[in-house]
Amino acid sequence: MASAVIHLRDITKMYQMGMEEVHALRGITLDILRNEYVAIMGPSGSGKSTLMNIIGCLDTPTSGLYELNNTNVSEMNDNQLARIRNKEIGFVFQTFNLLARSDVLHNVELPLIYGGIGSHDRRKQAMEAIEQVGLGDRYHHKPNELSGGQRQRVAIARALVTRPSILLADEPTGNLDSKTGEEIMGLFDILHQQGNTIILVTHEEDIAAHAYRRVRIKDGHIERDESVTERKITTHSSLVSA
Amino acid sequence: MMRVYVDDLKEGLMIALGAIRANKMRSALTTLGIVIGIVSVALMGTAIEGLDRAFNKSIAVIGADVLYVQKWPWGGGGNWWEIRNRKDLLIQHAKAIEEDATTVASVSPIMGTRRSVKYSDKVVEMVTVLGTNSAFLETTNANIAMGRFMTSMEAEGGRPVCVLGSEVAEALFPVQHPIGKTIKVGNYPYRIVGVLEKQGSFLGLESFDNRVYVPIARFFSEFMSRRGGIQIWVKAGSLESVDETKEELRGILRRARQVSPRAEDDFAINQQDFFIQTFNQIGGIIAAVGLFITGLALFVGGIGIMNIMFVSVTERTKEIGLRKAIGAPNRSILMQFLLESAVICLLGGIVGIIIAFPLSLIIDQVLPTAMPVSIVIISLLISVFVGLVSGFLPAYRASRMDPVDALRYE
Repeated sequence: MASAVIHLRDITKMYQMGMEEVHALRGITLDILRNEYVAIMGPSGSGKSTLMNIIGCLDTPTSGLYELNNTNVSEMNDNQLARIRNKEIGFVFQTFNLLARSDVLHNVELPLIYGGIGSHDRRKQAMEAIEQVGLGDRYHHKPNELSGGQRQRVAIARALVTRPSILLADEPTGNLDSKTGEEIMGLFDILHQQGNTIILVTHEEDIAAHAYRRVRIKDGHIERDESVTERKITTHSSLVSA
Repeated sequence: MMRVYVDDLKEGLMIALGAIRANKMRSALTTLGIVIGIVSVALMGTAIEGLDRAFNKSIAVIGADVLYVQKWPWGGGGNWWEIRNRKDLLIQHAKAIEEDATTVASVSPIMGTRRSVKYSDKVVEMVTVLGTNSAFLETTNANIAMGRFMTSMEAEGGRPVCVLGSEVAEALFPVQHPIGKTIKVGNYPYRIVGVLEKQGSFLGLESFDNRVYVPIARFFSEFMSRRGGIQIWVKAGSLESVDETKEELRGILRRARQVSPRAEDDFAINQQDFFIQTFNQIGGIIAAVGLFITGLALFVGGIGIMNIMFVSVTERTKEIGLRKAIGAPNRSILMQFLLESAVICLLGGIVGIIIAFPLSLIIDQVLPTAMPVSIVIISLLISVFVGLVSGFLPAYRASRMDPVDALRYE
């Protein structure tokens, strides 16, 4: 039995919107184990983004317990959370969020800079991560010289470079055409096979079909939590260069 | 831990330069205020420095240890009519000082007028002719360039000999050797026995070199109808005893001039102090005005920088969100924007110096000066300081952004 990387107990999140109190999460209890591949699904307004922000340590819950790798992160301050995000979490965003003026290598090195890794190791680790996503010949390209799929690969390399406990992907194919999207999902499949823990936030069934477990959120509750044995296997894994 | 800071700093610097490069026009326009501020800092500093130097050079000629006994006090003041009616200072007063004073090094009576000076076909108009004695060199710290000064025998006996200031000598004797030649001062012939070294001018107003020195005894007979109205220049025995000497002179002169015990002095003992005080006042006013103008320019420049930094922060909200998401602590974000604004201002400062330098050469035409390195360094430090101060608020706001909101920002 693998240990729980993410351990959520009765998480709630409340916002003040003007005079109104919005209950985005109303008691989420969830464990995610090492090397799981989970899709968190739900319509907009379901609280799925809020849950992702809390799991990603971008936000703290109003109440409840969150342990990431057995560390209680529910009451940490900004800078402690920044440190946890740097070490434990690899974000992949829908809009890639690359630095437009920096080349691929520098974009991927960025988390290591904030992690305080020396330039020699930084370069080596960044190059490895870039190789891993199949862009070994693009180190010095700027984002605007790359296709959408390639940009998302750079973003994935950036997420991988710190060897985080979880990869947290928020609609990673949302800005890609379906063919490129499938390529990216193929890459996630491989990363999962290599032992990474992947959490996918999406509202697309097609994309969620890649995961082994689907957690459906509705109105701030977990509506369904199902593990599947049948899952979609992409045929594009050959695109990842060796 | 140290390396984290260094890498952070390097990253911040790279971002800053990248951002400035990406917005060349905007950065250039924004730093204009800083450029103007720094130009004025540099020029003001250079001008004050030049003024200082020019003044010190001039004031040295006056001498810190020389007392000038005159009817009129320097800088005016007092009752004009009373001063106007004072008895003239006479040669005998100078003699009294010479005989009685124990704390003086030398005493020179001085009397001056203006005449034209001629040698063959060359004429110099409006030369200051000074009648004095043989102690003049010692009293004034002037130096002989050629020949010698008048001897006491020549001075006392009123011999027709003269010593030229360097300017007059150059004008009359561009090629010839002046010693031994006879020139005409006014209508009277004088034989040249010496030429003084160049002394410069007083605050660029009156040249000390456009002078001819003659024995004061002869001066009276040839250039003045009555004996009187002289000045007495007295060099104190030492710099420390100037005040003591001043008191001694007062006593001697009051006695010699029969001033009754209750009456005020009917003469003035002037000294360099007066000029130093006056200059310090003027210098203070110039510095205050300069500081105000400079401060205003830098303030306006700083506001401009603050404004543009707010724009820059807003524009890059998403980037800030990303950096925070991947683990940038607040201080890294703060530093990134502080660096950007400091670098913009530093560039402005450098441009300011580049502009100010040729302008300082123009000042150099009036005041002998060059932009000192200290002014350059101070200017650059000031520009960085303005950058840090005006960048702080925007940078602080950036560092406090909520990563979730920042990432969502479009």
